Amino acid sequence: MDWVFITATLVAAIRAGTPLLYATIGEIFAERAGILNLGVEGMMLMGAVSGFVVGMKTGNPWMGALAAMFIGGLLSLVHAFVSITLRGDQVVSGLALTLLGSGLSALIGKPYVGVPGVRFEAVKIPLLADIPVLGPVLFNHDPLVYFSFLLFPLAGFYIYKTRPGLHLRAVGEDPATADAAGINVFRLRYLYTFIGGMLAGLGGATISLAYTPGWIEGMTAGRGWIAVGLVIFAFWDPWRAAVGSYLFGGINSLQFGLQTKGVTIPVYFLQMMPYLFTILVLIFATGERVRRRMGAPAALGIPYVRGER
Amino acid sequence: MTVQEMEARSRRFPWRIRVEERLVRPRWVNVVVPVASIVLGLITGALLIWANGVNPFVAYKAMAVGAFGSKYALGETLVKTIPLILAALGVSIAFRMQLWNIGAEGQLHMGAIAAGGVALFLPQRIPGIPPWGWIAIITAVGFIAGALWALIPGALKAYLNVNEIITTLMLNYVAILWLDYVVNVPWKDPASLGFPLTAIFPKELWLPKTPGLFFLTPRHRVHLGLVFGIVAAILLYIFVTRSKWGFEVEVIGRNQKAARYAGMTIARNILIVMAISGGLAGIAGMAEVTGIIHRLQHQISPGYGYTAIIIAWLAKLHPIAILLVAFLFGALLVAGDQLQISMGLPMAISFILQGLILFFVLGGEILSYYTVRVERR
Repeated sequence: MDWVFITATLVAAIRAGTPLLYATIGEIFAERAGILNLGVEGMMLMGAVSGFVVGMKTGNPWMGALAAMFIGGLLSLVHAFVSITLRGDQVVSGLALTLLGSGLSALIGKPYVGVPGVRFEAVKIPLLADIPVLGPVLFNHDPLVYFSFLLFPLAGFYIYKTRPGLHLRAVGEDPATADAAGINVFRLRYLYTFIGGMLAGLGGATISLAYTPGWIEGMTAGRGWIAVGLVIFAFWDPWRAAVGSYLFGGINSLQFGLQTKGVTIPVYFLQMMPYLFTILVLIFATGERVRRRMGAPAALGIPYVRGER
Repeated sequence: MTVQEMEARSRRFPWRIRVEERLVRPRWVNVVVPVASIVLGLITGALLIWANGVNPFVAYKAMAVGAFGSKYALGETLVKTIPLILAALGVSIAFRMQLWNIGAEGQLHMGAIAAGGVALFLPQRIPGIPPWGWIAIITAVGFIAGALWALIPGALKAYLNVNEIITTLMLNYVAILWLDYVVNVPWKDPASLGFPLTAIFPKELWLPKTPGLFFLTPRHRVHLGLVFGIVAAILLYIFVTRSKWGFEVEVIGRNQKAARYAGMTIARNILIVMAISGGLAGIAGMAEVTGIIHRLQHQISPGYGYTAIIIAWLAKLHPIAILLVAFLFGALLVAGDQLQISMGLPMAISFILQGLILFFVLGGEILSYYTVRVERR
């Protein structure tokens, strides 16, 4: 057993999966509230570029991460307004957001392509990082990864075990009943869409400030879309989202690992792997949904209109 | 609210804004909203241009001149319009059935790759076919390649109910990578000095120009794709409005349960619609590489497949309206090129404008459901 290779692959899987995890958890919050936000790719790109630029200008990656969250959240509010207040079609609104985010990020990032900026450095946790295999895999990462380790269990606890989490689920499953019970459906939907946007922005910043520091146009390479697929795979559950994200991180890193091992498949086909894998994962997840008779939040993508049956 | 509070409110703001649900969806919304959205989008775009240090009036004038200001410009606008028409028609038929085919970009690429494969390797092996024969073959090949690429997510949706938004989108990335592969490895032209290009297609497989365009310069590049596009639009309009199949598509799109109750087969219709949708996008790709680029290269589309979605939406899925809106967006793309060349503004502005316009259209949609009335209290 080549433990060195295995450890390296696992470490890479975690680092590559973290941006996906942020975006997926964010989208889980939004979709649990009933809002389908397909603008994740655009929000990630905007998060990546604003995180990088602010980080570079202030010399502080934390400022960058905060800026990314703010910008991601701001952008999601546009989608929220169109989807919730104006009852527009959520699919098209999300697509428009992605288009806007892609173009805007390319515009803003143009002067910064290839310019070195700041990055989050790995923080080695003493003692724990020296455990063979598990040590470097879990305890030698940058702060954004550590934060994500905390995020998904907390998200799971919040959604399933707290009262606000119950309200969140109610709003996504049966907003009419939630409304009758006194829950403010509109406010909660805005809130969770905003949280989703913030996390998507943070996911983007993870790419530009930690995973592959720097800015290149379109650097998310479809990860926002993969996140939307992962939400389905995760059954809207943060724990499964973590499994899916790290699995994806692994597939992504496998490309590079295979290249270094001298596998002669042309690099283009290796690069196709994450996208093809997403399709496979969706097939599997959708089949499981039918078998388990579980599904998306019942009111997902349907605008709530008071008084309508 | 108490009576005192209501009176206080009346004093501060003596009008009431009433949002009422409409009983009848007015038809004018279908035209006014898209037009107003474009105008609003351009205004917001102007602000962005101004924020980039360029005078928006100068920029927009340059855009207008670049797109319509001369016979040459008009020709170039038509060139960009052709793939947009074909792809948007494809997207619109899928959307009509509530099938979110976001994969037009990938289907376009596959049509181009297949056409390239035929163009580069078959003419030598099968001599004696007249040029129009090759054109027919390559058009069919483009259609089939695009159709097959769309049938993958189509079948997954029809039989396994897998979300088609994500599957079509993922295949976009795969198709673009596939193009990268063929131009970098097996089909790379040894004479291309290391650039990712294939050899130039033989002349018999260059899509000929559309005849009879006397109002353009003699050296225009408007190829037969324009005819394909217009014919496809007319055919699609006839089929959708006047055939049983078109009716089925509409019903399935609006209410799947009702459709099933009426005995329509959903799965088969999904496959047919996706095949046509992908096929049209495939022809768009084929036309672009045989009519304009005349080879395969790393970048063959500035996002035609995505712009097509916006066009289809703006045109409310109406095939004839698509012709007009596609022309407008073709102009926008040419204008974007012009801005980049003459003013150094990045191409990304095009995409931002498109996103903005789409948002305004979405927002404006609500006017068809609700009327806003301002009246005195």
